[in-house]
Amino acid sequence: MVTDAEGLLKHKICIDNLHYSYGDEEVLKGINLDIPARAVTVLFGPAGGGKTTLLRLINRLNDMVDGTKMTGTIRLDGQDIYAPGTEISSLRRRVGMVFALPLPLPGTIRENVLYGPRLAGMKDAAQCEEILSRSLQQAAIWDEVKDRLDDAAHRLSGGQQQRLCIARSLALEPEVLLLDEPTSGLDPISTAKVEESLFALRRDYTIVIVPHSVQQAARVADYAAFFLMGELIEHGPDKQLFTAPKEPKTEEYVTGRFG
Amino acid sequence: MHNSRWSEFAVESLIRVLGFSTVGLVALIFVFLLREGLPVLSEVALPNFLGRAWYPTFGSFGILPLVLGSVLVTVTAIAIALPLGLATAVFVREVAPGWAREILKPMIEVLAGIPSVVLGFFGMTMVAPWVRQTLGTATGLTAITGSLILTYMALPTLISVAEDALDAVPKSYRDAGLAMGATQWQTIWRVIVPAARSGIVTAAMLAMGRAIGETMAVMMVTGNAARMPTEWDALLRPVRTMTATVAAEMGEVAKGSTHYHALFAIGIVLFVITFAINMTAARAIFAKRRRGGLR
Repeated sequence: MVTDAEGLLKHKICIDNLHYSYGDEEVLKGINLDIPARAVTVLFGPAGGGKTTLLRLINRLNDMVDGTKMTGTIRLDGQDIYAPGTEISSLRRRVGMVFALPLPLPGTIRENVLYGPRLAGMKDAAQCEEILSRSLQQAAIWDEVKDRLDDAAHRLSGGQQQRLCIARSLALEPEVLLLDEPTSGLDPISTAKVEESLFALRRDYTIVIVPHSVQQAARVADYAAFFLMGELIEHGPDKQLFTAPKEPKTEEYVTGRFG
Repeated sequence: MHNSRWSEFAVESLIRVLGFSTVGLVALIFVFLLREGLPVLSEVALPNFLGRAWYPTFGSFGILPLVLGSVLVTVTAIAIALPLGLATAVFVREVAPGWAREILKPMIEVLAGIPSVVLGFFGMTMVAPWVRQTLGTATGLTAITGSLILTYMALPTLISVAEDALDAVPKSYRDAGLAMGATQWQTIWRVIVPAARSGIVTAAMLAMGRAIGETMAVMMVTGNAARMPTEWDALLRPVRTMTATVAAEMGEVAKGSTHYHALFAIGIVLFVITFAINMTAARAIFAKRRRGGLR
């Protein structure tokens, strides 16, 4: 985690008093959370806690959902991302997202990685090649696919597909990477590989991840936030949350008494 | 126990008999078509049958102008209907707000129920005069008039099937597109439509099948001149399709005559063409799938 001269954490994303509801159902109830820059922050807790919704709010993916209501602010580098006049496309290029199911788009491995840059208007072939190899290396999949970049992305295994999706997000050189249960559909070996690539990225990117288990949360976290029923119960550096939680509810969950 | 096993057997047999009889009936129709149509090969020399002149009264049974007429009218119709229908499907599925979709969908499905003879009326009284005046043709009853009416007939099928294909693209694709910073339009054209391509091809093929088999409306508006549509402005001249020929001449032909057999042979050709269209479409889809370009 990056700290300033006085040893204070540098924050990339600041969430203030965020309330969010689908129709009459309030799924986020006054969240206040500052997410440290260049570190892995895990949002964990039992299903239905509002973690995924929070992720989707950070890159405004929920804009298209009807019948929702939001109050409070989310700031990225101090800028309110819901301020009128915000360029949504460029926001989403700064804040990449990887989903629970690996989602290769129709086409080859190369096409998948370069989808985002090409949409953003990138044409230069040499630059594309460079992006291609850099992102695939960062996602720790380069060695497995470098000889078959023009194969269909669907023919990769599930774990490879998911790392390809991470590479696809990285191709846009985002500042923040959001991951929503990125290993929920994967076997343990693939999971380890995905976590490995996250580990390699943690010093260069601000990563926010919803893990698929408490164990994974403890493995990957620099900073952790525990969500229960739309409320943020407790947050802090990983050591504190997983070894000496202050709230009884956090302790019960972390030690496996419920959830 | 014994009783229930017996009723199980009865129901199973009934379903089996019904299933086989449906397949059997279709097979019988095909056999009938072959029996009535194939004799033409022994009665008319092959060059004559595949020739450029259809004058049954004078012993000329060349089906080429009819085949080309059908192809011209159908291909033109699909060429107009595909972009139009795809755009409509995209609008209804991806762009229109919920309430508009609720109104548009049933309206499009109602369009499919308009009897073709009514569309024929519409073509004769509205489209044909418009074609004559606007495009300056000698008569309004031309290939393009038929194509426009066929476009109108093919659209509801095309839109419905294409819309279902778009609907079947998982919501996560939209998220993935948007999350890469694509705009809504970029997501639609570069992620969702390519992902729905196999369904859209199916839609076009179904529409084409419907168009090439359509008889009544086409017969009413294309002028029915059995001539070779090979000029550059063939679209602006009358043509005659295979279906219209069979429908128009079947009533006045002597059963068992050469002319009668020739009409059935046209039916066989039509069947083969439709079958080939479907096979090509299926093969294209499977080939793409093997390469992994489609889901």
